[in-house]
Amino acid sequence: MTSITTQPHAPSPAQRPSAPPAVAVHHVDKAFRLPHQQYHTLKERALHPFRKDTHDVLQAVDDITFEVAEGEFFGIVGRNGSGKSTLLKCLAGIYGIDAGDLRVNGRLSPFIELGVGFNMDLTARDNVMINAIMLGLTRQQARERFDDIIAFAELENFLDLKLKNYSSGMTVRLAFSVAIQVDAEVLLIDEVLAVGDASFQQKCFAEFHRLKDEGRTILFVTHDMSAVERFCDRAMLIEKGKMVELGDPTKVAHRYNELNFGRSVTHLAKQAEERFGDRAAEVLAAWFENDQGEPIVELGHGHPCRVCLEARFNEAVDNPVFGFTLRNEVGTAIFAATTEMLHGPTGSFAAGDRVVVRLEFLNWLVAGTYSVTPSIARAGLGADALDLRADLAQLIVHGWFYTGGVTNLPHSFEVTRA
Amino acid sequence: MSTADTTVAADRRNYGPSALGDDLRRFVNLTITLATTEFKLRYFGSVLGYFWSLARPLLFFGVLYTFFTIVLNLGTGVPHYPVYLLSSIVLWTFFTETTGGCVQCLLAREGLLRKMRFPRLVIPLSVALTALFNLGTNFLAVLAFALASGVTPRWSWLELLPLMVLLAALAVGVGMLLSALYVRFRDIQPIWEVVVQALFYGSPIIYVAAQYADKGGERIMHAAITFNPIATLLTQSGHAFVDSSYPTAAAAAGGTVRLLIPLSIIAGTFALGLWFFNREAPRIAEHL
Repeated sequence: MTSITTQPHAPSPAQRPSAPPAVAVHHVDKAFRLPHQQYHTLKERALHPFRKDTHDVLQAVDDITFEVAEGEFFGIVGRNGSGKSTLLKCLAGIYGIDAGDLRVNGRLSPFIELGVGFNMDLTARDNVMINAIMLGLTRQQARERFDDIIAFAELENFLDLKLKNYSSGMTVRLAFSVAIQVDAEVLLIDEVLAVGDASFQQKCFAEFHRLKDEGRTILFVTHDMSAVERFCDRAMLIEKGKMVELGDPTKVAHRYNELNFGRSVTHLAKQAEERFGDRAAEVLAAWFENDQGEPIVELGHGHPCRVCLEARFNEAVDNPVFGFTLRNEVGTAIFAATTEMLHGPTGSFAAGDRVVVRLEFLNWLVAGTYSVTPSIARAGLGADALDLRADLAQLIVHGWFYTGGVTNLPHSFEVTRA
Repeated sequence: MSTADTTVAADRRNYGPSALGDDLRRFVNLTITLATTEFKLRYFGSVLGYFWSLARPLLFFGVLYTFFTIVLNLGTGVPHYPVYLLSSIVLWTFFTETTGGCVQCLLAREGLLRKMRFPRLVIPLSVALTALFNLGTNFLAVLAFALASGVTPRWSWLELLPLMVLLAALAVGVGMLLSALYVRFRDIQPIWEVVVQALFYGSPIIYVAAQYADKGGERIMHAAITFNPIATLLTQSGHAFVDSSYPTAAAAAGGTVRLLIPLSIIAGTFALGLWFFNREAPRIAEHL
């Protein structure tokens, strides 16, 4: 492991009684003016001296209030254009705010974009010094930490290479290593981890954890709900500049997924669907529910899940077989079940009868998007379809881990030396 | 520990971006870093870096010298005219490099401005500092040329330092104004190019102050020296550096008291530039 020297820090400032919040945001507004006609030259100004300066106002941040305690790992989530990046830039002191009160207690290091100010024509050595100074170190401190920075980035052998000859991954590693060396009490992280390979991402998260353990405050902006659930103590959801949800990361992640995917499900259903069968019975709808019977479009790993179908019979059918097939994004059937195996005979139905079939299972699927194909078939080995509607409903599963498998079954290990 | 914490990490309120920031040491550090980087890139980017940067004023000098002395006989009767020509070209180059570089400097550093919180004034100041480094290296060539031409070193050479400071103040003042204006009005650049041309011919660079008087009488000379601070500074630098037979700025302006006018123009430009830049600083990142 690399050696990282850090300043001695108070053991856990989060536990210090009545410590002031690291970040306090009270009723902050930030609007952008979007002029209808933008004058970019003096000439235009001179030619149209009396034209009215009309503009729209985009309220990017609208009356947002929250506090982040010292030592907290705080997530900010929201869809594209929700205002989270503007909020972050206000926090970082890049944009001034229009109204409200914004306090940051301590030095702040923005990871809004890594390697800002890197110059491709200079060597890594020069760039590290420059970037460290840009981020607020003195020349002396930058020199002292130089070796640690290079060691963390694992780029000892490429010190005197010009940055234009670096791969993008190497550049990001270098930039990240500089940024974390800047003794900031408050870190603002804006999806910088989208880059870099898996092992470096792992290292970054480990580093964030270490910083958190040291009592640093971290504000983390992301789209990745699994990361929110995994790392954040609390989270906030922003939509159209307003705060929609604040608190438990799992709850916030749910709301986020609802916002995001609530629409795409209906959208998908409109597409031309694959459908088989003689329609002696018709599948009217399929959906997912939780164990409370509430319809859902997203679900956490490990929770009970029900997949349901509603059907209407057009002819009399004896003991039809109801079935469901779950497929993942790439179309692999992950799980299939029919009433024939577990339930046995389902009874006789007359024309006009309606039926709702529910299949309950514990959701051991890994994070991803799944679709269900409900089907009704005649009893018997031939199993000719009455109705089958491919990929009729969708479910987003989120969980904080990715194993590489398609499911994550409940399991335990035992290691015995033989 | 906790007391140290509170002093180091002072509570910052409503802190948007500003021109000067709240940490003077960081301000200085950043300015120097940006300027040296730029300087380094220019000189170490290619093997001939230093010679290339010197080549520009020297070639300019060569052209002007050939044309104005040999073809137009402009320098006849002026002692050490080539030395005056070269030294004023180098000083003029500093002024145009600073002001011309400042015009687009904020746009050129857009990435930094949009992604980082730092005192906005660092950017135009670093442009001026890079130009100052160049002035330093170029002036070495001027010194060598002056000595080779038979100009004898005098104590009055030291006067050049305050003169350069004044020139720098003027250039930075104009630079702050132009850089902040450019964010709003993109045609500042061609406008400034024309102004620079006018200033070049209006200032005693290819001629000396006395030649105003030859052509248009004493009053023209007095007015030119009084209302164009560049002319004032170049005239005084000729007297102090090239030959004491050159008129002092005071003499050319028609009285020491009248020098207060160019000095107040410099101070006024600097103050106006600083005020305007400071006013615009919080929203530069948004307006770009």
